[in-house]
Amino acid sequence: MSSNKSSNVSEKTEQISGKQEFSIGEILKKRGVSRRDFLKFCSAMTAAMSLPASFAPTVAQALDEVKRPTLVWLNFQDCTGDSEALLRAANPTVGELILDILSVDYHETIMAAAGHQADEALESTITKYKGKYICVVEGSISMKDGGVYGCTSGKTHLEIARRVCGSAFATIAIGTCAAYGGIAAAIPNPTGAVGVRDAVPGATIINLPGCPCNADNLTATVVHYLVFGKIPALDSHGRPLFAYGKRIHDNCERRPHFDAGQYVEIWGDEGHRKGFCLYKMGCKGPATFHNCPTQRYNEKTSWPVAAGHPCAGCSEPQFWDAMGPMYKRLPNVPGFGIEHTADKIGLGMAVGVGAAFAVHGAISALRKDKDPAEKTKED
Amino acid sequence: MSEPLIFKRYYVWQLPVRICHWVNALSILLLSITGFLIGYPVIAGSSPQSFVMGWVRFIHFVAGYALIISVISRLLWSLNDHCFSGWREYFPFLTKEGRAEILVMLKFYFFIDRKTPDAVGHNPLAVTAYVGLFLIFFGMFASGFALYAEHAPGGVMATALKPVYLLMSTQTMHLYHHIGMWLIICFVINHIYSVWLLDIKEKGGEITSIFSGYKYTTKVHVFSEGKECDENGCFIRVKK
Repeated sequence: MSSNKSSNVSEKTEQISGKQEFSIGEILKKRGVSRRDFLKFCSAMTAAMSLPASFAPTVAQALDEVKRPTLVWLNFQDCTGDSEALLRAANPTVGELILDILSVDYHETIMAAAGHQADEALESTITKYKGKYICVVEGSISMKDGGVYGCTSGKTHLEIARRVCGSAFATIAIGTCAAYGGIAAAIPNPTGAVGVRDAVPGATIINLPGCPCNADNLTATVVHYLVFGKIPALDSHGRPLFAYGKRIHDNCERRPHFDAGQYVEIWGDEGHRKGFCLYKMGCKGPATFHNCPTQRYNEKTSWPVAAGHPCAGCSEPQFWDAMGPMYKRLPNVPGFGIEHTADKIGLGMAVGVGAAFAVHGAISALRKDKDPAEKTKED
Repeated sequence: MSEPLIFKRYYVWQLPVRICHWVNALSILLLSITGFLIGYPVIAGSSPQSFVMGWVRFIHFVAGYALIISVISRLLWSLNDHCFSGWREYFPFLTKEGRAEILVMLKFYFFIDRKTPDAVGHNPLAVTAYVGLFLIFFGMFASGFALYAEHAPGGVMATALKPVYLLMSTQTMHLYHHIGMWLIICFVINHIYSVWLLDIKEKGGEITSIFSGYKYTTKVHVFSEGKECDENGCFIRVKK
């Protein structure tokens, strides 16, 4: 049954790509990638998609047979951090991913073509594979003043996004900026930056937030599409559940220290050296949904909390505004000074109320009010 | 005062009302202490097995459940047509008599009038504050349970509380949850002070009433027009 399914998918993908090409398995063999490495990659992707290990052969079979999907990569208001994360991805390597699994027809940062040639490449891809290609967007889109604050080859990013994302099979908004506006959308948001979802309503969008997005999650999303022929299950923020379905705090390797009440108090103290919980250092892990603790970055080497730094909450909507200050647990109270936390204000309020009633009590004690019984006689 | 005073005794706080009051009081105390410790963990476990924060959070969640059950029970109890615990008692500002009583109360509090109010049931000003308190409670329930449900996204509780997640970010929920606690603490200070003050001034057994259920008055005519209550059973007889 699984072979049926994957062959269906391979036909479907063949239709989608529309060009006769070698399957991924064949290309990998040609390039000298060993079967063993290929299967290891399939197992890793199966785990990243939160699928049971029994799915690994299905993934391998599907990837063996499917053709490369066409992909265009758009850079908008960004720092190219997600491209960097992807290019430095260890699993898969640049060669495997860019050249073999994905057919990247347009990527401003890494493509050889420039100027009009590049524009033509994009134009021909989106007309030739209309409704069949995958679009990856990196960076936020400026909406203010007709989007003039972000232009590529004379066209506004808004215009490009509406055209390219609108006729794509699906759009992957990679990184927090593309997903929610990110840093560019932080107050005062001078360019009116928004995520792709807000700029191109109606398009099929998969949000892969993170600063940068974990390249494994991008690869797993693409593999999911190749294996099952559809986009993965998403949460209400448009994020794949396999990567963003659990809270960092609940999967954190430092969680036992949280429950035990063992915290880092100041940088470099004994607790910090022993790997205690970073809760008191302003960790946003309790408010952030991401698979960092399990998937980790750079060939599963590390992630911020493992390196001794609190989670910054980079993959949540309204990052940067909602997650500040970085080294405090609670946000500041709007309208008050920076050092006025909710609890300082609250304590002040309680002391004020207490003092007011103490004064009231003193006056009441000295004051001779009418006894209710006296009033009865008057009545 | 040669002639003896005649006190009338009213059964104002029924048993369920008193139980709800003390469950609320106890859970607010526990929630504030544990909530403060969750926000500022001054406690320290000696080993990773100690589970100190785990227990503090457990107590916080149990007390939270106790409070929501108590508050909802009290709201359901207010549906019975009782003179002192029915829902009508909570909205004195809707009637002309009620507004007059609130004015008397305010004049007393601001030292404008020496006339001591002698409320038999709820103090009309206090009961108005309780409406505000219940609104704060529901804000705390919404933010608290939304934060609690984040351990199981897509679960029953998280799905039921979806509007809360759409309305604000997790960090904003934390912020409002802290502010809510301080508002409740301010209420508690006010509440205890007023009970103390009115126990002295009214001489009607304000403090003991929440233990025994009975309050005393020397008033001849207790109730405003259209509202009469039995001394013991306290049922309403609306004259039209």
